[in-house]
Amino acid sequence: MKFTQVFKAVATAGALALMMVGAASAVTLNLGNGGEPGSLDPHKVSGDWENRIVGEYLEGLVAEDIHADPIPGQAESWTISDDGTVYTFKLRADAKWSDGVDVTAQNFVDAFQRLFDPATAAEYAYLQFPIKNSTKIAAGEITDFSQLGVKAIDDKTLEITLEASTPYFLQALTHYTAYPIRKDIIEKFGDQWTQPGNIVGNGPYNITEWVPGSYVKAVKSDTYYGAADLKIDEIMFENTQDLTAALNRYRAGELDILTDFPSDQYQLLKDQYPGQARVEPFLGVYYYVMNQSKPPLDNVNIRKALSISVLRDVIGPDVLGTGELPAYGWVPPGTGNYDGAAYAPAWSTEPYEQRVEEAKALMAEAGYTPENPLKLQLRYNTNDNHQRIAVAISDMWKQIGVEVELFNAETAVHYDALNAGDFQIGRAGWLLDYNDASNTLDLLKTGVTGTDGTVNWGNNYGRYSNPKYDELMTQASSELDLVKRAGLMHQAEALAMDDFAAIPIYWYVSKNVVSPKITGFEANAKDINRVRWMTKSE
Amino acid sequence: MISYAFRRVLSAIPIVFLTITVCFFILRLAPGGPFDGERALPVNVLKNLRAHYNLDQPILTQFFLYVGGVLRGDFGPSMVMEDFTVSRLLSIGLPFTLMLGFTAFIVGTIAGLVAGALAAVNQNRWPDYLLVFVVLIPLIIPNFLMANLAQLIFGVYLGWLPVGGYRAGSYINLVMPILILAMPHGARVARLVRGSMIEVLGTNYIRTARSKGLGAALILTRHAIKPALLPVVSYLGPGLSYLLTGSLVVEQIFALPGIGKYFITAALNRDYGLVLGTTILYVFIILALNLIVDVLYAWLDPKVRLN
Repeated sequence: MKFTQVFKAVATAGALALMMVGAASAVTLNLGNGGEPGSLDPHKVSGDWENRIVGEYLEGLVAEDIHADPIPGQAESWTISDDGTVYTFKLRADAKWSDGVDVTAQNFVDAFQRLFDPATAAEYAYLQFPIKNSTKIAAGEITDFSQLGVKAIDDKTLEITLEASTPYFLQALTHYTAYPIRKDIIEKFGDQWTQPGNIVGNGPYNITEWVPGSYVKAVKSDTYYGAADLKIDEIMFENTQDLTAALNRYRAGELDILTDFPSDQYQLLKDQYPGQARVEPFLGVYYYVMNQSKPPLDNVNIRKALSISVLRDVIGPDVLGTGELPAYGWVPPGTGNYDGAAYAPAWSTEPYEQRVEEAKALMAEAGYTPENPLKLQLRYNTNDNHQRIAVAISDMWKQIGVEVELFNAETAVHYDALNAGDFQIGRAGWLLDYNDASNTLDLLKTGVTGTDGTVNWGNNYGRYSNPKYDELMTQASSELDLVKRAGLMHQAEALAMDDFAAIPIYWYVSKNVVSPKITGFEANAKDINRVRWMTKSE
Repeated sequence: MISYAFRRVLSAIPIVFLTITVCFFILRLAPGGPFDGERALPVNVLKNLRAHYNLDQPILTQFFLYVGGVLRGDFGPSMVMEDFTVSRLLSIGLPFTLMLGFTAFIVGTIAGLVAGALAAVNQNRWPDYLLVFVVLIPLIIPNFLMANLAQLIFGVYLGWLPVGGYRAGSYINLVMPILILAMPHGARVARLVRGSMIEVLGTNYIRTARSKGLGAALILTRHAIKPALLPVVSYLGPGLSYLLTGSLVVEQIFALPGIGKYFITAALNRDYGLVLGTTILYVFIILALNLIVDVLYAWLDPKVRLN
């Protein structure tokens, strides 16, 4: 054998070995994703665990940056008319679907028409209701979908017309309800279009496997315009419904990120994995609703007594153990378009003993004492943390003359009772859909009376109703000046809280565990972390 | 025997129909529905959803629509796993659940038989005491705790086995779940075998065999095992159906793609179609297992007649 032959053989073997190493070292992110996705259809999903997957295989006009703030996505630029009602988007020339087809403005028109089509029955369609005629189409009043305020000017230009100027509209466009779809694919495969093999996306990753109960796998998309910058080659969205088991998997190195962990393991994480558990403010409020449509909770003084006698400072640090901050107002700190001082009632700074005395006096005035207590039922959906909080709070109420009967039920039954108004006090929570104060404040608006005379209270389970509040919110919705708008909403919040419309208890926190191998996971109040910003080192 | 089996299969039809009927109406009577969640749905969305799943029809119409579907082999859509039909979910999960359950069944049964026989032969000596004690452990400790402990010890601290997750073709991921599932079953079998074996070993015909000078091994394999297995066999049917339906905890903790968890989660979510589909499937499995056990029983014990 000549030297050159030997050299060639060695070189070939070396090259092969290198290729094999290259193939084997695909960077895989193992993400503890929480629940099992019920769907991957952007018009049907509703959970954050579904958003994590859908937001990687689809991308809207506007995408989320590393802090989850809006940045250009499929649209490279846009202009907004002076009155704030017409948005014109210019799509990227290199925006492509994973099957190589160009992304066109028509894909977005199709998506919005499908979103509002009553036949789709999209739960979250209301997030895009600022769009002209969307409400009427969704209600079935307009059947000609071409009247929707979303028009394709040409292949790469999209015009969206709104009913009125909406300061948070770009934020709303980052939501999955604003992602494009492929009408031809949906028509071809029907309900099965999201199955691997059928599914087509325009985002950074493609869905390649879905094993219900176990995992969803996504692989880097070569047709994505930013594919060259992606540092993670594959994502395993692992089902981690059992939080303790998920933490065990993390500790064994099988998972790189956990999107939740058992609160009682926080201390262990802090001791053994310093800096890896990240507990951060999250836009959401945990609260108790009081049914104000019936006595005794239609009495504002009783509601006040109940609210001021809740010692919120112990709930986060002691009852839950993860340090959630006490809530006295209705809009979470850090919420967008809400400049101005946070609502803080005078009583919140009073010593607790003084508050209890005041509450006792209010209860006595209404005819209740610890000897002759007011009997109330407190409902919550079955969950350890809800139970702990309910036990703690019912103990706080005992001293002011309230005897609480705890009643727990599974989630479907619990919310069925709240919707029907069949409760006295009930546990509830609200996580903001988009970062704007109106998203929480709208919860307390008076219900809408239908044509048959029934009132639809929506998420206002407590049936709080104050015409002045409704008036302020209506004014705010048509106010173009953001500072004035925030002022009106602050007035509304103070009004409802002074009416004790509900009992806010704590502000939610996000609870992630992130391996030191991962960079690009930046805490943010929306708790949205797209994989395209992450890297993983071995 | 064939005509007996045929009659049993025929008698299954009214049982299945009764199960569907009772299940269907109990589900509809339970408070809450598939669309009651943390957020109230807009009225027209709810209306459209209900229409899509025929929930706006009178309940009897819904029932006949459903039964008609089942007769055509269509279990309808899942209302929570919206991208799947019930048939598809079951067809993905069932092979896995059967594989997991049967493997655990075989492992547990063999281990239980060996342990029970060993304990009986060594009655009131140290191997007996040790085995009786070991067998108690999986019966006392609930399997979710056992699973967590096993994950911590063998996965986190020792690093011998993967803690959880599923990859097609990766059998190492199934070692821990199968053992956790097999342990309580094996323990029950061991207790049964020990008890019945001790009883059999004390009978007159065994004493006769011994006095004829037969060896201990021969007595055990030829004369003692078959009668000692009778109570075990009658337990194996329910035992196997327990393994197939009771894999909820193991599936959830180890994130495995079986159907055991649908039994509970679908009921909690009021996913009517999936609850009914899973129930019907399990009724079939349990009826089939009972039939097999009865036939096996007749073969083992000539005193039992299949009539």
